[in-house]
Amino acid sequence: MTTTLQKDPSAPTEEPLDAKQLPRLVNWYVLGGAVVVGGVLNLLLGWNLAGCAVLALILYLVAIYVLARVVEGRRKATNRLMTGLVTTAFILALLPLVAVVWTVVDNGWGALSAEFFSSSMRNVVGEGGGIYHAIWGTIIITGLSTLISVPIGIMTGIYLVEYGSGALARQITFLVDVMTGIPSIVAGLFAYALFELFFGPGIRMGIGGAVALSLLMTPIIIRSTEEMLKLVPDELREASLALGVPKWRTIVKVVLPTAIAGIVTGITIGIARVIGETAPLLIIAGSTDSVNFNPFSEQMMTLPVFTYFSYKQPGVPPEFGIERAWGAALVLILIVLVLNLVARLVSYWFSPKVKS
Amino acid sequence: MASPTGAGAPGNGGGRSPEVTEPVRHRLGDRLFSGTATLAGILILVILAGVAIFLLTEGWPGLSAGGPEETPGASSFWSYVGPLLFGTVLAAAIALIIATPLAIGIALFISHYAPRRIAGSLGYLIDLLAAVPSVVYGLWGALYLAPKLQPIYDWLASNLSFIPFFAGPASPTGRTMLTAGIVLAIMVLPIITAISREVFLQTPKLHEEAALALGATRWEMIRMTVLPYGRSGVVSAAMLGLGRALGETLAVAMVLSPSLVYTFNLISSTNSSTIAANIALQFPEASGVQVNVLIATGLVLFVITFLVNYIARAVIARKRDFSGAG
Repeated sequence: MTTTLQKDPSAPTEEPLDAKQLPRLVNWYVLGGAVVVGGVLNLLLGWNLAGCAVLALILYLVAIYVLARVVEGRRKATNRLMTGLVTTAFILALLPLVAVVWTVVDNGWGALSAEFFSSSMRNVVGEGGGIYHAIWGTIIITGLSTLISVPIGIMTGIYLVEYGSGALARQITFLVDVMTGIPSIVAGLFAYALFELFFGPGIRMGIGGAVALSLLMTPIIIRSTEEMLKLVPDELREASLALGVPKWRTIVKVVLPTAIAGIVTGITIGIARVIGETAPLLIIAGSTDSVNFNPFSEQMMTLPVFTYFSYKQPGVPPEFGIERAWGAALVLILIVLVLNLVARLVSYWFSPKVKS
Repeated sequence: MASPTGAGAPGNGGGRSPEVTEPVRHRLGDRLFSGTATLAGILILVILAGVAIFLLTEGWPGLSAGGPEETPGASSFWSYVGPLLFGTVLAAAIALIIATPLAIGIALFISHYAPRRIAGSLGYLIDLLAAVPSVVYGLWGALYLAPKLQPIYDWLASNLSFIPFFAGPASPTGRTMLTAGIVLAIMVLPIITAISREVFLQTPKLHEEAALALGATRWEMIRMTVLPYGRSGVVSAAMLGLGRALGETLAVAMVLSPSLVYTFNLISSTNSSTIAANIALQFPEASGVQVNVLIATGLVLFVITFLVNYIARAVIARKRDFSGAG
């Protein structure tokens, strides 16, 4: 800071207070001009749209910099250039989001039909078939992993906020953060190594997938539970304890209900995160063409793995497999978006209304 | 995020007040409940240790494996994992080089440029990028993005082939290491953005106002106050992104048709594989010692990502203590 302070006083002397300024809307004029040039090139010379958009953007950045440089001076020009670049970065990031969603909807829409949702891939060659078995597999495996993760996650969150203190709690908090970074495929390998000990090599079963997914889901739930419990005002705890209520009943009856909206949101986000996981299920849950309702025996198909294998082994002729892959991807995206929306709505509707 | 944490900290003190009234601690319900909670906490440590132990026991036979049967295309385990490690680091490096500057720009846009009222929603839009499942990114990268990028690769190969990265010949399908890196960049973008944004928002308001009062333009204010303040946060954010990019499986497995080679050529059809993608591609058909070999490569990946995440989190934790004190 000190260096900048020393350097800066020279700046105002370069530019008097009544320095010339560009009109306020100049950004939009220049942008409009750049877009028009890009559009003309697109129409007259037949350059492709993406190329012209990039050209218009570069044109805008150069024009606004030169213009500001001439009229307003170097510092203002740099400022305008950086504003343009930062905004460009943001728009650039939205492109893949829009492109992914649009491509998946465009390609997957045709695959959706009553048959697609109601039939498995058993004895299907070429056209037809569906994701019935994969949907059930996803529901069973994700449901089981939620059943495993939620109690562990919430209890750990309670421990960290209400009971934990000292080195152990600090270590757990830290390692939970590190745990969120475990690659999903390593979680799958862990589940495989665990189950191989009991059932021998080559083991594939749905419950293994659930174990792998809960390894990924638990840290998300712990983190959100922890954050939410920390937000519960201490006055509530103290009031309850002062009335002679045991601590565990205070937590169950006062603290948890206050934080429940946030916790449910966290769980929903956790489900949304793991429901699209492919790698661990590829390893331990396997893949099959038939419906399997039993997570404790045989391979179990899931939506992400179905998408993966429909793409990798589309069969002959390949276009039907690829179409099923897009269809399953669309269903997957819809599920994830709905879960995210539900999470937002839960936290919006059910969070305690606190007047600040 | 800092203020709720700070406000919550006294909660521990308030929660511990029953120590004053001795009998309360000895109630059966309390003992059971606190015991269960503590057990859950310890279980997390046990699980994490379990991951390392199980991978080690199952991967151990793989570490000494060798020969065409067990490590196809390589003479020993280490010469098998070498090219995979190279590909993993290369793909992650491409992803980071693309994603980090973009993420800093996006984070700045949301924290300092966008109108306050819509900034939250814009952040949510970026977070949605993280919600899209990796298999969908893989499908999109292989079937949509790769053909779109192919003409660019042709151009690079014919005009910039003196740079080793673009030596060519360009892949006719566009499914190259660079495509995989771009898809990975899109996937790690939200992580880096989210953490950078949080750090940028923590910049002391007084610093910013002081800079503006001295006559700095908005960009000068950001360069003088926000970026120096957020530097360590951005570094650890990039490292968390690195951890994700190193371990990402499906995007690479679906985009590339890899082989066991070392190559810096990013646009040809001969590409290195990554550890995670190799496991995903080989595991369904593997048997015997091959499985142990793959688990051992997974162990290598686990150790690397654990270290990267550990360092990144340690930096963030130190930063948080520091800013909490100040």
